[in-house]
Amino acid sequence: MINPIVITGYGIVSSIGMNAGEVLDSLISGHSGIGGITRFETIHKGKLPLAEVKLSNNELVDFCGLRSGGNYTRTTLLGIVAALQAADMAGVNSGQNLRTGLILATTVGGMDRSEDFYPLFLENPSKGRLRDVVNHDCGDSTEKIAEILGINDFMTTISTACSSSANSLMLGAELIRAGMLDRVIAGGTDAVTRFTLNGFNTLMILDKEGCRPFDENRAGLTIGEGAAFLVLESEANALKHGKTIYSILSGYGNANDAYHQTASSPEGTGATLAMKKALEMGDLLPESISYINVHGTGTQNNDLSEGIALEKIFGEKVPRFSSTKSFTGHTLGAAGAIEAVISLLSVQNNMVFPNLRWSTPMKELRIRPVTELKREAGVKHVLSNSFGFGGNNSSLVLSKYIS
Amino acid sequence: MAYINGIGTISPQNTLLGHEFLEPAVEHTGDFLKAVEPVFKTYIDPIAARRMSRLIKMGISSAKICMQDAGISMPDAIITGTGLGSVEDTEKILAELTVDGKFLNPTPFIQSTYNTISSQIAIALKCHEYNSTYVHRCFSLESCLIDAILLIGEGSAMNVLAGGIDEMTMNHLTIIRRLGIWKREAIRNLDLWSSKIPGALAGEGSAYFIISGERNERTYARLEAAETIYKPGSVEETAASVTRFLNGNGLSHEDIDLVMMGNNGFEEHDSICEEVVSSALPASARVLYKHLCGEYHTGSGFALFVAAGILKKQHIPASLIVRPSPPKKLENILIHNHYRNTDHAFILVRR
Repeated sequence: MINPIVITGYGIVSSIGMNAGEVLDSLISGHSGIGGITRFETIHKGKLPLAEVKLSNNELVDFCGLRSGGNYTRTTLLGIVAALQAADMAGVNSGQNLRTGLILATTVGGMDRSEDFYPLFLENPSKGRLRDVVNHDCGDSTEKIAEILGINDFMTTISTACSSSANSLMLGAELIRAGMLDRVIAGGTDAVTRFTLNGFNTLMILDKEGCRPFDENRAGLTIGEGAAFLVLESEANALKHGKTIYSILSGYGNANDAYHQTASSPEGTGATLAMKKALEMGDLLPESISYINVHGTGTQNNDLSEGIALEKIFGEKVPRFSSTKSFTGHTLGAAGAIEAVISLLSVQNNMVFPNLRWSTPMKELRIRPVTELKREAGVKHVLSNSFGFGGNNSSLVLSKYIS
Repeated sequence: MAYINGIGTISPQNTLLGHEFLEPAVEHTGDFLKAVEPVFKTYIDPIAARRMSRLIKMGISSAKICMQDAGISMPDAIITGTGLGSVEDTEKILAELTVDGKFLNPTPFIQSTYNTISSQIAIALKCHEYNSTYVHRCFSLESCLIDAILLIGEGSAMNVLAGGIDEMTMNHLTIIRRLGIWKREAIRNLDLWSSKIPGALAGEGSAYFIISGERNERTYARLEAAETIYKPGSVEETAASVTRFLNGNGLSHEDIDLVMMGNNGFEEHDSICEEVVSSALPASARVLYKHLCGEYHTGSGFALFVAAGILKKQHIPASLIVRPSPPKKLENILIHNHYRNTDHAFILVRR
């Protein structure tokens, strides 16, 4: 592959850890972040689980070492945690004169504050604090984080539902390949909001017991929150600056199911296309994939459609796979980047992480997920799937770096 | 090389196919410039259209108009830019959420997702190719164009359907009016530049383009490049960025015949736009256009429609305001747009 894109830093925050070390510990110990609703008041409290980051917004401000009163939404705060970790790890602020970009993905943006604003505003149009609504749009998080990181060469924001942050990594790689940027911090962030919780609830796809991906008795997803960012640069650039290379982004593909706004096609058309594109780009045969971090939301529809697509591509030899959403919940716009970091941890630590809460094989599929941690797992190439509403399907391949 | 080979614009002007190019100007006297809607059922199956909110219908219709204009039936990629997505659907949910935290209708939730427009276009066209959505204030459309140019440059697409779309609602207008840079009361849009009531005038619209790797008989213009600049420290810094952008594309300021100005009626920012252009492009003619479309995150889509039309027709419609005088030639046009003087975006189009 010409001009390989490598990863020189990463950061992650989720319900299973405030950094990559804690996340890895949870993945190894089988500790899930799914639990009760504690952070906000809702009629669903005690009835529906969530995968929350337990720190309050004020605690997140302190955690990031920010001054208080900075008017950050929760989506932004989670993003700051992960982006700072990634930037520090890659030495982004160490003075090289490199053109650096920030690409952020989110589905809710500042909705956590808009939903505080609206009740007051709807009662009286002159009421509601404006500082609660000026951060509503998705671009706000990106600009706030860019300012903290000191990035102004390029920035943009992507929102393609649950595949959003996989697409931010793809765009980052493309901008580097085209020579427009030397280095990109790409990822995504989403906070849990009443908006999303109630929205998914009306679709009747929230599992009251916590998500059970690829289980016959699965009853839906569990919403999670979190953020992850990865620092991408060309291999040449990373080597020139003496950077540690943690993984290669060796392939990616984006396709659309073009079937239905919320349902996946029964044949898994978009999923198949996205995975095929990613494999082709990485010049990889299906059998070279060591582990698949599946999208695996735990909904009836996704897991069946994704499973069919896996059997279509990999035939009798479907690689080991698991949905780590059984740990993190479905972090929506952050999921692609969170799972890219988990895939990277798989490559780095030579481990395959388990799919929790699985007991019964799906009757339509031959395949079943990995349910126990595998060490010394011979991990070379990990395929990570992120599929979203609107048929927005993206797949990434993260590979072991061999100098 | 990337070319604009088809355009579909739904705007506050008569920009649907078959109309004269921005003549005569459509007058608006309401609180904001509302888009002139086509007959949606011409473009969308009426049964499907029944559940769709207005923004989705505008998006699909303008995408289809664009494809028709380009004479193609299937694009190789679909990319949408939208600052706010479906405001109407988002507001519906927020209103229902206030009633003890539950709402019953899933449709607005589904449609409030920012990628709904791109994906509904994909569903309507059965297009399985690359599909994305950018949601960054006034960088939204420019990000789409940058992505489209990348896809064409690397040979993974020949025809990219890329567009910008945003809608205005009365609730949203009420909120942004409280922020202070918007006109507090309705004025006649054609009086925007002389009105004594301070502030910008809100608008809305949808503009899709077929960005192609090949020039053909339908080509409007060459899409050279787009650039986004965040929070420049001063007018000089913005001007220097413009110069660098032009030089990077093999042009100097003298080559720019026309600048589509970012002015929107908010005097404090308009004067910055004028200073930037005075400094970076002293010899270029300036066109004011936001009295025709109003201010919204993806308003540069309307400007790109105008610039591409001017280059193709070699004619500047009388409804635009040209200062100091029309240029002798119409070869290169620079479009400037900005969001509250923090986000500055530029698009360079050539004959």
